[in-house]
Formats: sequence, structure tokens, C-alpha cells
Amino acid sequence: MQPSRPSDYVDAGARGLADPDDERSSSDPRRTDAESSGRGDITQPKLGLVGWLRFAWRQLTSMRTALLLLLLLAVAAVPGSLVPQRTSDPNGVVQYKADHPELFPVLDGLQMFDVYSSVWFSSIYLLLFISLIGCIIPRTRHHWQALRARPPRTPARLQRLAGYRNSVSDADPQTAIAEAGALLRQLGYRVERYDSEARGAATYSVSAERGYLRETGNLVFHAAMVGVLFAVGIISGFGYNGQKVIVEGQSFTNVLAGYDSFNPGRFFDESSLTPYTITLDSFDAQYGIDQTTGAAVPLDYEAHLTTKVRGEEPIEANAKVNEPLHIAGNNAYLLGNGYAPVVTVYDSSGEVAFSQAVPFLPQDGNLTSLGVVKVPDAVPEQLGLVGFFYPWAVEQHSGAYASAHPQPGDPLLTFNVFSGDLGINEGIPRSVYALDTDGMTPVAGGEADAAAIELRPGERVELPDGLGAVEFTELKRFVSLDIHHDPTQLWVLIFSVLVVGGLAAALFVPRRRLWVKATVAADARTTLEYAGLARGEDPTLDQAVEDLAARHEAELESRSKR
Amino acid sequence: MNVNAELDTISLVLVYSAMAVYTLAFISYALDLARRSADKPAKIDGLVATDAGGAPAARSSSVGAAIGTASTATVARTTAAERRGEGAGRAVREGREKGSPSLKVGFSLTVLGFLIHLAADVLRGIAAGRVPWANMYEFSLTMTLIIVGVFIAVQVKQDLRFLGTFVIGLSVLILGVSTVGFYVSVIPLPPALQSPWLVIHVFVASLATGFLALGFALSIVQLLQYRRELLSLELQAVKLRFLRSLPSAERLENLAYRLNIVGFIFWTFTLIAGAVWAERAWGRYWGWDTKEVWTFIVWVLYAGYIHARATRGWRGNRSAWLAIIGFSAILFNYTVVNLFFKGLHAYSGL
Repeated sequence: MQPSRPSDYVDAGARGLADPDDERSSSDPRRTDAESSGRGDITQPKLGLVGWLRFAWRQLTSMRTALLLLLLLAVAAVPGSLVPQRTSDPNGVVQYKADHPELFPVLDGLQMFDVYSSVWFSSIYLLLFISLIGCIIPRTRHHWQALRARPPRTPARLQRLAGYRNSVSDADPQTAIAEAGALLRQLGYRVERYDSEARGAATYSVSAERGYLRETGNLVFHAAMVGVLFAVGIISGFGYNGQKVIVEGQSFTNVLAGYDSFNPGRFFDESSLTPYTITLDSFDAQYGIDQTTGAAVPLDYEAHLTTKVRGEEPIEANAKVNEPLHIAGNNAYLLGNGYAPVVTVYDSSGEVAFSQAVPFLPQDGNLTSLGVVKVPDAVPEQLGLVGFFYPWAVEQHSGAYASAHPQPGDPLLTFNVFSGDLGINEGIPRSVYALDTDGMTPVAGGEADAAAIELRPGERVELPDGLGAVEFTELKRFVSLDIHHDPTQLWVLIFSVLVVGGLAAALFVPRRRLWVKATVAADARTTLEYAGLARGEDPTLDQAVEDLAARHEAELESRSKR
Repeated sequence: MNVNAELDTISLVLVYSAMAVYTLAFISYALDLARRSADKPAKIDGLVATDAGGAPAARSSSVGAAIGTASTATVARTTAAERRGEGAGRAVREGREKGSPSLKVGFSLTVLGFLIHLAADVLRGIAAGRVPWANMYEFSLTMTLIIVGVFIAVQVKQDLRFLGTFVIGLSVLILGVSTVGFYVSVIPLPPALQSPWLVIHVFVASLATGFLALGFALSIVQLLQYRRELLSLELQAVKLRFLRSLPSAERLENLAYRLNIVGFIFWTFTLIAGAVWAERAWGRYWGWDTKEVWTFIVWVLYAGYIHARATRGWRGNRSAWLAIIGFSAILFNYTVVNLFFKGLHAYSGL
């Protein structure tokens, strides 16, 4: 990963030792890196528009800019963890608005509640990725050439290089070099033989290079990062997700109208919804006990479902936390559960004005739950009920109830009842989980004369003033399913694997050159020289030269004994 | 009291024992550092003094040859001092038994403490009937175990015992705070954590933290060493003297880098494993949950660090600062984010 930039990564200026074919080391007078920016007296040629564009492009694709963008990205990500985000914590945003009414519009104007889709966050990572692409394309080209090139000519003076060592041998120089070449090839090096004759002295040498995988890994890593961004940015547009609450015995059909809430991707097309139904047959929850506090802790949630894809036989399936249901290219995640008492409301005429399972939203670990019943069809006036459900009701000293356990040991339903206008006729969308009691008259509980009504399963209580009656008909459970279609998953997974693989290769495969040179000394013995050159971080280079020399000398030794 | 609760009690006693042994190890390491600033440099061995003129390192002929040769193309700033450092490392491997008595005692106590700590962790796991890293207390217990484990393991390749004060000090501190502040008795695993990814994701995160902690410590020593190397010889004799027996700033930087890239790979894996798990448990692989945000920030900071190492003008002190900021973000992620930030990773058990 480290030598990723053409112009100002540390290798770039190491001239003399760099390849003659390495154009990256050519210097550009317009480049302002740490070393040249100090000298301001260079007369620069006038830059035309193209020149300025080239200049800007070089700046953007320089390593320093990439580094600064990376650091900026890290800093820019911080605010999103300090204030609630609309995507991950919408209720938190509402709460924040209520708590900080003056600060909220300022922060909202700065897109502080949508940090990760904000203009400023997006521009940082887009610039970063443009810079990245501007870097990997020329490097890929260069690496492609390097992959087909032969190792470069052996330098004249090896003693200037890393791990240099020499020894004297009785072996014939040509044999010794052939032996070294074989050894290097065996070690996975690409090997090239360079022999020369200068001033009557013959020089035999092998030049070897290995670790091309390092740069390959580096490029794969960076390209895979672009791939992840592409998958998340573009492919995700074809996805969608929606939420649905299903009560035991009820079904969900995968059409737009079947969802409680639905978030389509940019390129979502309604016809891409596969029609299928999911029926909740039953829901099981198991609880254990925290030895210290005595509190109930959930052990397992399991939804028993029957699924049916159109034209196929119904299948029984289960969904658990960590074990989503897979159906027709969708995943259904079991994200919530609770109680849905079936409430029947009779109006003053004794007719059934309402009879439904009402999902109550859990408020604590023992599933004390809050729910709302709206009866628009009641006569003479509409009725609204707000109440709590306690699966295992315990009366506290204050007279209030609490739930002692999430299992339905002693279920109790309490309601405050209001009569009047529910405010749902004007066509303004209202949450089914909230009751606006402003225009309504308390009938029972709260400010009303009559006490709040309390119901156990099967019980029926008459409302005061002959307004009707409320019955706790039956107790059911509900689950809330998150249904996702995410076409990016496979792509992101593939790219992630490439990210890790590429990174490992880029960081741990040493890229190095080794040379072995043999010359005939004055006493007719052979002088052997060994040296190496690191290309990228290579902490074990010296050791590699040492090992090579030792192995080579041992080979020559054993050869001479044969 | 059932068997599991008894095992948990034994585990807790072992944790306190490990802390006691670690504290003794910490004192020994501190004594060793104090010795290093003592007057007679001849008594300090184990690591070759950087300002000793390279003479001890030059014993090996290969190193002698390396001194004065040009740098490699990669490490543009590689100096003769660095080469000596490399040679010194080898000299240390040859003379493994060297080191002041207090350093040896400190390291032996570290190994002993580690074994007790390991027993404590395993017992907690048995008591819980699952991996012992499902809440803040257990995670702290395992994370410190792994930090100390990595510290012991890297000694095979490289003598970094001089970091003992930091590593053991940090571990004792975390263990102390955890036993007092984070302890919870064994409770069953909530459904969201019932996944094989708990084993992988959290373990690799701890492993990454272990390596990055060592890299962090090396970067701090590197900065100190750099300051010392700027001083005149006269001042070096009186200021920051304990550093004189430690490797050069350049050498420390290279060591830190090697540890940090291992940590970075593990961190990358943690992030991806976490995303895979999040997809299973929460229905999306990435949702900018507070913990995800901070894991991302740490990743980007270390990515920046690795790039800085390859950018002109950013090698050396600047990249060291990035490593330090990166690890600070890890500590922040582990403490403040776990305890005070609202998010889906609400598994501290507190």
C-alpha cells in the first residue's frame, strides 16, 4: 500500500538506485512537495488552462493530498457519533429537536443529522476516491509493464547496496553464477543473467527480482475499495427495505401496500417485488434469570412462520435473531416482538365498533407495553383508548402497576378512555401509536371522574355514561420483521475479501532485488559478491542476502566435494 | 450458589492474583528503566546503546560492512544508525539471556501473571458456558490477556521487554477499572450475541488492539528518543537518560510500523467480520452505528498512518503522531463509546 502515489511517495526521489525505466522518479518542477516547497525562488513557466488543470490533477492525485483527505475523512466522521443520525436513530433526532430547539436548526442546516450523506462528507470521500482512481490507473499500467519486464542490469558497484557481502571461492565463476541463478529461481525469483567484459576482466552476474505480488496486492486493495464504494453507491439503488408488524395468525403479502413503512432505493421498481406471503403461526420467547439482579433476560426468540411464494407449495420456516428468513431474494429479519391484545369495543348501541389485535410497543425489558386503540366507528362519538399492557402485572406501593416478567404470568390491560374527535378524518396522517387527546373528553382514567379501566383476558368493562364497553378478548404476540432486498451484499463481500487479501499481500510480501556477481581475482580465484535492494518496506532484506550467500556458498562447497 | 457462580468467584480471585503479579512485574520493569538511567552504561546491556558509537554492534562483520554503506531505495532516510540498529537486534537475539536482573524478573512475573490471567479468563468462560467476551468486564479481561499475550509472543522475534512498564501498566489499569467498575456476574447471552461471529469478531478485535497497543508504545518512545537525539551530547548525558539503552528513533519507528501493519490487517478483518455479523443480526451490514463510526475512524487513521509512512515529509514524527492518535481513538472507542454513546453495540452489561 505504501508506495501508492507517483509523485511524492518516498521512493520517488531515490534516484540512482531507482530503475532507469522508472519514469515515476522523473521530477516535475511544478510539484510542491515538502522538499521543494521550501524553495520559492524557482521561476515557473506560465501555466495555461491545460497547465493549471494538469497542476490541479497532480495535486489531487498526490500522496500528500490523499493523506490529508484520509485524515479529513476521519475527522468528518466524528460528529455523526456525537449527535443522533436520522438513518440510525430517527427517534433520537426528534428527541434532540425537543431538547435543543435553538441549536437544532443550526445543526440541521449543517446536515449534522445526516452526516454520512451530507454534502461535505460526500465531497471528502468522492475527492478521495477520484484521487485514488487517478493514482491506480497509471500505476496499474506501470505495473503491467513491470510484470513483463526482465530484472534490470546488475549495478556496477554492489557494495553500495543493502546487505552487501563478498566471499572468495574456488568454483568456476560461470558455474557459480549458474548455480546462484538456479537457487534464486528455486526461491521464487525472476532471474536474468548479465555477463560483461570490461578491460579484459570478465564479470558474470545474475539479477533477480521477486515480490511482484506486493504491487499487485496494493492495486487489488485500492481497486477493491473503489468496488465497495461503487456497490454501495450504485447497486444499492436497486434495493429496498420495509418494515412489517405481523400478529400471530396474520399474514404479510409482499406488495407495496403490505408494508407498514417502506424505503425504496433510487432505481427501485415496484414490479420487482416478488409476491409472496409470510404468515406468523406462533412466536416463542424464552427467558432466563440474571443471578445478581433477579431480572429476566431474553435467551431466545423464535418466530414460526409459513411462507408461500406464488405458484409454490407453502413452506414452514423459522426466523430468529441472527438467523433471518430467506425468501425469494429477500431476507426477513426478526428485529422486534411484543404483545398484541385483541381488544373489542362495543359502542353505545351495543354493536361491535372495533375488534382487532392491537400491537403494544414494549417500553422496558419486562415488556410493559404502551398501546393506542382508535375507534372511529363508535357512535355517538368516536372513542380513543390509551393504555398499558403488563404481561405479569404487579401492583406497587404507589398503586401503579409494573410488569415483573416478560412472560404472560398475570396479563393486565389498563386504559384511559377519551371520547370526541380522533382527528383522523381530515386526512392528516397520524401515527397509529399516538393519540392526540387535545380535542377529546376524558371518559375514564386521568382527569375523568371514573377510574381507568382494568381488564384481564376475557373480561369486559362497561364505560361510564353508557358510551359502550371494552373487552380484552384474547392475548396474542406480534413480531416486527425487517424485510430487505440488498443486491450489494454479495458484491461488497467479494470486494471485502479482495480488500483483505490485497492488503495482506501489499503489506507483507517483500518486493526486492538480489544480485550475485562473480569476478576472477588476480590470484585466479573467484570473488563472489551479493547484495540486495528493497522496493518498499522490507525489514528482512539483509537476512535474505545473508541466507542466499550462505546457501550459495554451501552449494558450491558440496559441488566441489563431489 | 451453583457451580458456575463458584467458578466465577474463583475466576475473580485469579484476576486479582494476576493483577498483583502484574503489579510486581510493573515495579520490576520500572526499576529496569531506572537502572537504564544509572551512571554506568557498561552495566546496561540487552539492547545496544545508540550513542555508544555503534561499537558493540560492529562485532558482527556483516553489520560492520553495512555501516557506511548507502541506504536502500526504500528507506530514503535510512542511516548508518539504522543499520546499526538492525545489527543490534541480531546481537540481541544472539544474547537473549542479557538484560538487567530486574528486567528478567519483570518478564518472568509477566509470564506468571499471564498464566494466572489465562486461567481466570478460561474459568470465566466455563462459568458462562461460552466465550468470555460478551460484556464490558469479560471483554476487558480477554483484551488485556491478549495484549499481554502479544507482548510475550513478540519477544520471540524482537526484544521489546523495555515496553513492559507501558504494557503491564496499561493492563493492570484496565483490569483494575474493570473489576471495580464493570464487573457483572454471569448472565445468559442475549439473542443478538448468539452467533459464531461473536467468537471471531471480538477475538480478532482484541488481537488487533494487542498489536496496536505495542505499536502505540513504540511510537511514544520513538518521539522521546527523537527529542533526545536532537540534544547535544552534554545534554544527552543528563536528560532522558533511560532512553540511551533503547533503539534509535528510526529503529523504533520501523518496529512500530511492523506491529501496526499486523494490527491494521486484524482491524480490517474485524471491521468486515462485524459487517457480516451486523447483516445477520440487524439486517444491514453497515448503518453508521456509533461503534461502527469509531471503528471506521480508527481504520481510516491507521490507513493514514500507513500512507504517511510513504509520504515525503510525513515519515518519522508525524506518522508516529498518527499512530498515537489512532490508538487513542481505539481507547476512546473501547471506553467512552461503549459506556456513554447510544448505539446498537449496547452490550457492556452495565
